[in-house]
Amino acid sequence: MSTSTAPLVTLQGVTKRYAAITALDQVDLTIRAGEAVCLAGENGSGKSTLIKVLVGVEQPSEGRVLFDGVAQARITPTAATQAGVQVIFQDFSLFPNLSVWENIAMTAERATGTRLVHRARARARAREVLDRVGVALDLNARVETLPVAHKQLVAICRALASDARLIIMDEPTTALTEREVARLLDLIRRLKADGVAVLFVSHKLAEVLEVCEHVVVLRNGAKVAEGDASEFDAASLTRAMTGRDVAETPPAPLDAAAAPLLSVDHLGKNGVFNDVSFTLHVGEVLGVAGLLGSGRTSLAKALFGLAKPDQGRVMLDGVDVPLGDPIAASGRGIGYVPEDRLTEGLFLEQSIARNIAVGRFDDHASGGILNLRALWAEAADWLGRLSVKAPDPQAPVRSLSGGNQQRVVLARWMARQPRVLILNGPSVGVDVGSKAEIHGIIADLAARGLGVIVISDDLPELLGTCHRILVMKAGVITDEVEGGAGVSEEDLSHRLAS
Amino acid sequence: MSWLKTPEGRLAVIAVAVFVLMAALNPDRFLSPQNLTSMAFQFPEFAILALAVAVAMLTGGIDLSVVGTANLAAVIAATIMATFAGDGAGIGIVVAASAVALVVGLVAGLFNGVLVATFGLPPILATLGTGLIYTGFALVITGGPAVLGLPPAAAWIGNSTILGIPTPLIVFALLAAGIGWLMMRTAFGLKTRMFGANPLAARYAAMDTGRVLLKVYALCGTLSAIAGLIVMSRANSAKADYGSSYLLLAVLIAVLGGVNPYGGYGRIIGVVLAVLSMQFLSSGLNLMGVTNFAREMIWGALLIAVMLINTLASRRTS
Amino acid sequence: MKSINWTRNEVLVFGVILAFCALAAASDPNFLSIPTLTDLMRNSIVLGIFAVGAMVVLVSGGIDVSFTAVAAFAMYATTVLLRDVAPDMGWPVAFVVATAIGATLGAFNGIFIALFGLPTLIVTLGTLSLFRGALLTFIGTAQISNLPSGMRDFSRWMMLRGTDADGNFYSLHWAFAFLVVIVILTWFILNRTMLGRAIYAIGGAPESARRIGINVKRTQMFIYVYVGALAGLAGIMHASLARISNPQDLVGLELSVIAAVVLGGARLTGGVGTLTGTLLGVALIVLVRNSLIVVGVPSVWQSVVIGALILLGTGLPAYQALRAQRRAA
Repeated sequence: MSTSTAPLVTLQGVTKRYAAITALDQVDLTIRAGEAVCLAGENGSGKSTLIKVLVGVEQPSEGRVLFDGVAQARITPTAATQAGVQVIFQDFSLFPNLSVWENIAMTAERATGTRLVHRARARARAREVLDRVGVALDLNARVETLPVAHKQLVAICRALASDARLIIMDEPTTALTEREVARLLDLIRRLKADGVAVLFVSHKLAEVLEVCEHVVVLRNGAKVAEGDASEFDAASLTRAMTGRDVAETPPAPLDAAAAPLLSVDHLGKNGVFNDVSFTLHVGEVLGVAGLLGSGRTSLAKALFGLAKPDQGRVMLDGVDVPLGDPIAASGRGIGYVPEDRLTEGLFLEQSIARNIAVGRFDDHASGGILNLRALWAEAADWLGRLSVKAPDPQAPVRSLSGGNQQRVVLARWMARQPRVLILNGPSVGVDVGSKAEIHGIIADLAARGLGVIVISDDLPELLGTCHRILVMKAGVITDEVEGGAGVSEEDLSHRLAS
Repeated sequence: MSWLKTPEGRLAVIAVAVFVLMAALNPDRFLSPQNLTSMAFQFPEFAILALAVAVAMLTGGIDLSVVGTANLAAVIAATIMATFAGDGAGIGIVVAASAVALVVGLVAGLFNGVLVATFGLPPILATLGTGLIYTGFALVITGGPAVLGLPPAAAWIGNSTILGIPTPLIVFALLAAGIGWLMMRTAFGLKTRMFGANPLAARYAAMDTGRVLLKVYALCGTLSAIAGLIVMSRANSAKADYGSSYLLLAVLIAVLGGVNPYGGYGRIIGVVLAVLSMQFLSSGLNLMGVTNFAREMIWGALLIAVMLINTLASRRTS
Repeated sequence: MKSINWTRNEVLVFGVILAFCALAAASDPNFLSIPTLTDLMRNSIVLGIFAVGAMVVLVSGGIDVSFTAVAAFAMYATTVLLRDVAPDMGWPVAFVVATAIGATLGAFNGIFIALFGLPTLIVTLGTLSLFRGALLTFIGTAQISNLPSGMRDFSRWMMLRGTDADGNFYSLHWAFAFLVVIVILTWFILNRTMLGRAIYAIGGAPESARRIGINVKRTQMFIYVYVGALAGLAGIMHASLARISNPQDLVGLELSVIAAVVLGGARLTGGVGTLTGTLLGVALIVLVRNSLIVVGVPSVWQSVVIGALILLGTGLPAYQALRAQRRAA
């Protein structure tokens, strides 16, 4: 029997080994009802293994897991569900083709063991959870039609509908705008007041610190730091996760006489962004700060030709770049590193070398026939120049870490000798160490005379890498600030959200 | 022995094993010149269709219209020949009609390409629809019965030999080598395979994806027309529904040859090995008095078995 | 009140059917009559049962091209069995036997798809050849026109028959009731049972389905057994209605059936599909196959028209999706 004082979940000395690799090493963790715990760690620090152990997908090699103070001989997914442990995965694991009510109620309905659909009961259950959370969503809407933040709400509601007592949220804020994060935190506070515990698992946790009681930091499978949330801030979290200080060095000042390179003139796309004008100079790193939905990604795609603007023009060296044509844009020397590396950036199963060379096929071909030796030599050269840690250029790019994968995409564009490189979320899903190195590459590109546009909602990143930062809100450039030490993060954040 | 771990390596073993087995089971007859020659005349027509399907599959698509295209091209060519052939061998008209057939194949393929690349239709549905349309046009042209009365020269491509080697086999060998080279050594080939691996990433890498798709389907259409001409030549006639069993056979061979139906992986050598295995098997079985139907059954079983082995093997490595 | 979404395939197909009927009625006043309707219904029976099965597979994210071979196998094997072993057996027994044979062959598909995780297209392509080849090798190739008495009895079992005002004879076979029952049963399974919702779930997001504890393998197994059983039933019904059991029959229809289902709005990528749409798709295909001549198009144009309908029916939504995607980018 459970006692009211026993913690909801306790891990004692949990170790998980896969063959020679120790993914988790003697980890202790306690989560109490109504408490929010922050589990921080870089990619590969053992966070996902810990989740798997908690939900019974993996069995620990050593150590004990207790639910409500009762040691579990073997945690099965069923036992974890019965203990009220629910995970909200980064991709939410929803059914895009089904309605909101069905998504929310399906797990709970299945748990009743029913073979038939009890439509009224299921809808009532969904309605009740939505009311409890305090959001108004159309019960009948297909989930695929909802914006990301609403999908996350549906996923949270689904967990609550299954009487979740501990909600594990995997990378909960990656896809959210700041305003949506604020709303999420409100919701978490209410859930905590209801006695629900929350475990945030992320490598980007500074923004959830304020609702957390407790912080645990993993590195290489071991717990390296632990304490009250009040003892941590963004910098100390990063230090604990990486084991070193990663200080952003502001960019070298831009030559005041730098020539204009790319000028964007009253660019607009109906209903997406409007009247965007700016000039990018040779050697300049220009930031675009905007929340998700501000039109920042659409603007980037329009500059690269993936979307066709309705008004305005883009000029490179004073000559018009044809709009809506990525091949023409790239031919003129504009490159684009997309935000979603795994689906938009990489050919995951293809070799590292091919992933770099893909932009160079036509340049290394005469009459269509490839000079393969030159093609592969160039790819290998770029691997070296960007210090990609790849044992074998013929290995699938899937086998690389996030940071190295991002460098492969960068290498692809750099091999084309672009004049302007647009980076959308350059360090999303990249561990903290690689992030600094990618920022180094950006500085290096600018030093070599490229114009670089960095689009991000990671304000320290923008402040640390950009000479100038444009603030984009609701499709319009509302503000322009100096990068580096010219403005504080709080100030920028305020300009962005107000 | 790392080549044994690839699908093509396993296929090579299978091809040799089938060959040896059939030779052992049919001593004298399987290795007889007559049998070897007759095999070499039989398989090129559907093997070329399999090449076409394999190329489409490399992009993650499929071409279900290959047989329809082949028959439409053949029916048009045959109609031209039958209409304009005089009393002579008719070399001139055969060449002209064959050229028209190739253009028909090219246009049919381009139309598929436009549907897929410009209008965004799923290839399986686009080519299912156009396959019906092309077959339908062939039917409209002929009204149903076969087109007969071809000039003597029309028999050349399907029935002659060059230096003792059957001409259809030479055509197939040239096409297979050419496409293999195209896929491995040209910008178009590498783009095709990269596109198949991730179409979205290809677009974001500023690849001219629309042109790649157009070329791929145009190539499929042209290959189909060549196969159609060989069928016409061997049958000495053309009909809207010749070789209707070839569609599934072509898909089967492509998959058997290790081409990933979801795109991104496949090698022409695998397709060739798959064709050879199928032909050795069916010819050997034929000599043993096994019916066409039993062969069909064995093909089906072979497809599932090879797929099972490939899947289990790749699961073990990952 | 929900507004009508004109881009939905159901609406599009329904519109085309109406237009077709209007054209046909304009050129032949006798078109809008009971005999035309009963003909349409009769010709929809076998195709309709096939289509219902094909739709369930598409909804689950798979594709089945083997069902015609399953049907031919079950049909002919049952006919032979009845003829040689139990000539006096009634048709219900024949139907049960054929359904069971179909279910068994479907289970064979299911083993490779659910248990070994092979791609559905490849497996069913293989079993299409396998089942057909096995049937023609081991059971027989000759058509049987002298059907066992049970099947003959069934063929005479009319739901209604009569003569309309113009003196045209019409009849509707009880087999149509089977289609109705199958549609209702399948509707119930898909929409009112957790199993049915699981089918939609695995079609929409297989990984998510696994994570919420849906037994994907068992669900897939059910699907392929169910579809096999439907195919077996459709097969025996086809032979009974045609009064001949021809083992070389039916195979070749599979792509037309899938075309009907896709016309009705089922997505090849899984998770989406309705029975209404499927039946409308079948009705349209049957109309074109039977009545093209009425609207003044010679019947040799049949496959051109069906091909064009497939391109339009799938092309319009695909093109709209493409444009929407480019706009939103």
